[in-house]
Amino acid sequence: MSTTSAQPRSALALSALARITVVFRREFRSYFQTPLAAVFLVIFLFLAGLFAFNIGGFYERNQADLRPFFQFHPWLYVFLVPAVSMRLWAEERRTGTIELIMTLPFGAADLVIGKFLAAWAFTTVALSLTFPMWITVSWLGNPDHGTIFVAYLASALLAGAFLAVGAFLSALTKNQVIAFVLCAVACFVLLLAGFPAVLDFIRGWAPRGAVEGLASTSALTHYESMMRGVIDLRDVLYFVLVMAAFLVLNVFAIDWKKSD
Amino acid sequence: MASHTDRKAPRIEAVKLEKRFGHIHAVRGIDLEVPAGQVLGFLGPNGAGKSTTMRMITGFLEPSGGRVKLEGIDISEDPIAAKRTFGYLPEGAPAYPDMTVEEFLGFIAAARGFSGRDAKDRVERAIGRVNLQGVRRQAFETLSKGYKRRTGLAQALLHDPGILILDEPTDGLDPNQKFEVRELIKELGGDRAIVLSTHILEEVEAVCTRAVVINKGGIVFDGTPAEMEARAPRDVTKNRMDAAFRAMTTGDVADGAGAAAARTKGGRR
Repeated sequence: MSTTSAQPRSALALSALARITVVFRREFRSYFQTPLAAVFLVIFLFLAGLFAFNIGGFYERNQADLRPFFQFHPWLYVFLVPAVSMRLWAEERRTGTIELIMTLPFGAADLVIGKFLAAWAFTTVALSLTFPMWITVSWLGNPDHGTIFVAYLASALLAGAFLAVGAFLSALTKNQVIAFVLCAVACFVLLLAGFPAVLDFIRGWAPRGAVEGLASTSALTHYESMMRGVIDLRDVLYFVLVMAAFLVLNVFAIDWKKSD
Repeated sequence: MASHTDRKAPRIEAVKLEKRFGHIHAVRGIDLEVPAGQVLGFLGPNGAGKSTTMRMITGFLEPSGGRVKLEGIDISEDPIAAKRTFGYLPEGAPAYPDMTVEEFLGFIAAARGFSGRDAKDRVERAIGRVNLQGVRRQAFETLSKGYKRRTGLAQALLHDPGILILDEPTDGLDPNQKFEVRELIKELGGDRAIVLSTHILEEVEAVCTRAVVINKGGIVFDGTPAEMEARAPRDVTKNRMDAAFRAMTTGDVADGAGAAAARTKGGRR
């Protein structure tokens, strides 16, 4: 044999970026191989519109902005994001494919990042399909396009943060229903800490610093601050940190739980 | 078999592998060296630690103790490089249910670093090698057990690795398919290191050049299939491999000396 035993014979080395791309592509495509993509897109678009028009009073307010549309996104995401994230790892473990992908030449981080980005790209596709709202409001009046753009960015960041939480929780279980419920509760708690009713309740007895500290851990506080159209670095940083933290936890979680 | 000269360096080198799951001591100090040209049949009762050992060799599980080197690369030091050296068929031949055979193999080709024409050629060859032409555009979940297993084999072979680790490659196949897979393994065995686990002892006689039996997490026999058969009690005339297996893995035939003898003797050739 001309091959030396110290060298791998044929498989080629890929860069980390190339490995993440391979994982991303498979994952992203998988959404469209099942009815999940269609169901998710229809329900998201329907509910986003319903909330904006019926509850938010999109027309009645007589203002050319998308506030009524964006203000319901956190609550939509609480139960729609878990529907996307629940399968990320739970499905791999149920079908046993986790053993396959983890013995292919990927690192755990490649898999975690590739899968997360695919899920995030998918929810971003859903979000971007709401562009007729933007067109409508531009046609009816003269909205502040900068504000709308920042609100879209905030919505995408919020979805990303929730997805990172959901991906981590999905890695802890084989059962997708459990992954769904855990993620919905976790996202709800992340929002709740900034909910006025909760803050008012605490304000009665807690020192002011504690109230503000609690509010600053909430995704809702940061989302609403961005929704007004101001890019505050602290808000962006909050979402980026939540994503990074949960992706790191995700790497540990799959190493810890993969063989259960 | 041992006709090549560069066989000194083993393709697979596992030293003192240990695995504990909580208080369960699943694998207790397994040593294995597999050179090119060897087809090693990995035997043992259910729960003896076969899959756990294979999972440690392939880096899916981290050993509680010991080391694994594949083509000289330590899997704990450079897992990605080590994982390029082998093809692995995990237990149950898992694959993504919604992907077609072709799409799935395309994903494996991409994961192995092939692109464009190169990837297409690899997929074609793998499909041809295990006769998947008829089902290539079928979703994996709609395949029969035999085709699923063959898809798993195609996936493991795709990058033409020097090491193949196959966990029950013929499980669920009909006799014709079993024959085909055995012929394929024999053909591949020429210049590769192959480890396959099986419950079918005639398979070991048919394709393996070495048999390793483990029981309760430790090696109780390591030798040629012929040597294994010779361990059967003298009065047994039929199914002597089965009798030998029973003698090694249950307490009902006095064979306490076998374990210690096997470990020192080894089956290397």
